[in-house]
Amino acid sequence: MLAQFLQFLFSGVTVGATYALAALGFTLIYNASNVINFAQGEFIMLGGMLTVFFMQLGLPMPAAVVLAIVVPAFVGVLVEKLAIEPAKGAETVTLIIITIGCSLIIRGLVQVWLGKGTHAVAPFSGSEPIAVLGATLLPQSLWVLGVTGVVVAALWYFFSRTLAGKAILATSFNPVAAQLVGINTSWVLFISFALSAALGALGGILVAPITLTSYDVGIMLGLKGFVAAVVGGLGSGLGAVVGGLMVGIVEAMAAGYISSAYKDAVPFVLILAILFFMPRGLFGAKVTDRV
Amino acid sequence: MMNFRSPYLGLWLLVAVLAVLPFALPNAFYMDLAIRMAINAVIVLGLNLLIGFAGQISLGHAGFLGIGAYSSAVLTTHFNWHPAFAMAAGAAACAVLAALVARPIFKLKGHYLAMATLGLGIILTIVITNEGAWTGGPDGMPVPPFALFGFELYGEKHWYWVVAAVLAISVWASLNLIDSPFGRALRALHGSEVASQVVGVDVVRYKVAIFVLSAVFASLMGSVTAHYVGFVTPGVAGFFHSIELVTMVVIGGMASVYGSVLGAVLLTALPQALATFEGWETVAFGTILVFTMIFMPKGLVPTLAAKLGRKD
Repeated sequence: MLAQFLQFLFSGVTVGATYALAALGFTLIYNASNVINFAQGEFIMLGGMLTVFFMQLGLPMPAAVVLAIVVPAFVGVLVEKLAIEPAKGAETVTLIIITIGCSLIIRGLVQVWLGKGTHAVAPFSGSEPIAVLGATLLPQSLWVLGVTGVVVAALWYFFSRTLAGKAILATSFNPVAAQLVGINTSWVLFISFALSAALGALGGILVAPITLTSYDVGIMLGLKGFVAAVVGGLGSGLGAVVGGLMVGIVEAMAAGYISSAYKDAVPFVLILAILFFMPRGLFGAKVTDRV
Repeated sequence: MMNFRSPYLGLWLLVAVLAVLPFALPNAFYMDLAIRMAINAVIVLGLNLLIGFAGQISLGHAGFLGIGAYSSAVLTTHFNWHPAFAMAAGAAACAVLAALVARPIFKLKGHYLAMATLGLGIILTIVITNEGAWTGGPDGMPVPPFALFGFELYGEKHWYWVVAAVLAISVWASLNLIDSPFGRALRALHGSEVASQVVGVDVVRYKVAIFVLSAVFASLMGSVTAHYVGFVTPGVAGFFHSIELVTMVVIGGMASVYGSVLGAVLLTALPQALATFEGWETVAFGTILVFTMIFMPKGLVPTLAAKLGRKD
């Protein structure tokens, strides 16, 4: 009974951590530019696929992982420079379609370049499951949780204790005022896209040994990351982390106790339920529109 | 000159093209393409009323298409319903569902609304995929032909005229709707919700009405597609189909009736044209989306109209 519950909880928290990283990526870009980046899922995919690619080239794992984070970050910057910035001031729907176009380009290129096959990444440190109160925990799950924890702590430090982080926050509150006090807002956009792509890629790398990876895994992971970001209330960093874990846990519980066939529907049912009662998510700011 | 500028000029042009087209098309392949263009055009007209005129985003519109298609398939196959009743039942189901979810959904704005409609579409797709006993699961299911008063619609020749007539009527109805008090209320709503509320527009009621209307458009065309193709798969309700439909609206031109038709025609033809790229279709499609949106954020028809307007 308890063992089963723990088992579901472990798998929920593990996949939830990935959603949290994706949701943080959505949040960063949303705060910096008011854009929902539908290409976010492709960065998750790039993380996993590039790790596979670089390791096949014969690189040692740490080097492959670093490259699989740096390259997507660079792609993120390209997306911002080539597609988002030229369309500044366009309507929400237009921007949504631009980011969807970018995601198609990234996914299409990977499909042509690396093929349609499904790939496995070796776990970072052994695959011997650890027994906890009758449930088993994969060492890779500990990696996922540990690294996510460190990243979240580092982000918190960055945004609350460093000048650069505060500059980004200031820009998200009021771009014009931020510019007036001398913040380089186009630099903020640059950093936000790079950071958010890197976060997505990191999530993709961490979870790849558990869930396998292929050119099209980004779609669902990205959409669930979006759900997580909205659950927490768009724009809230804490909300993104809580939202990610919540989506992961609810999904795993529903898959275990109710129906595994409907697993993928669970996050969307959850978000509809939350939005019906809390139109701005759990931690969303109460905003009144200016007329 | 007055008459020449009339918005109905385009309608007559469309009717003329629709009337001549089947005699100009070389074979059944192009007939099939023309039919699918016309079906998409009708759906996009409905969706454009919602996105372009009322300013509400739906990223789950294909879900309604799926309800229509699968109502036609399931009710005729498993319950021996008459296709016309099955089609009506699908449309009614969509109307009820749209009306039920519309009120809570339209309290939401912008990205939250996008999320809610997206979620709705994905849930519907997953239900269709999972209820294999009724729907054939991911493989889909066959749909019997559509018959009315003993006359069976069969093949591209029959369906072309049906779909062409529906398209012409839909364009005419949309033009009229936009010019009616209802249409003006919708446009006011897109301009400023608060201002239209102040002058007495019942904002929520109009949003719900237009959402229901566009859902019914989609459901009916979903049924038509199912009967015409003779087969349905869950992809009809999928996220990508929803995105495709929204893209047609935006590329053609938001809040433009003829833009909807043009957007549907171009984006239905595009995959055929891109098939020659062998493997690069996705990249090419994405690139075209991004470039069109950067250089013509208002869509083709409004951008071209503005260009032409400046010349004279």
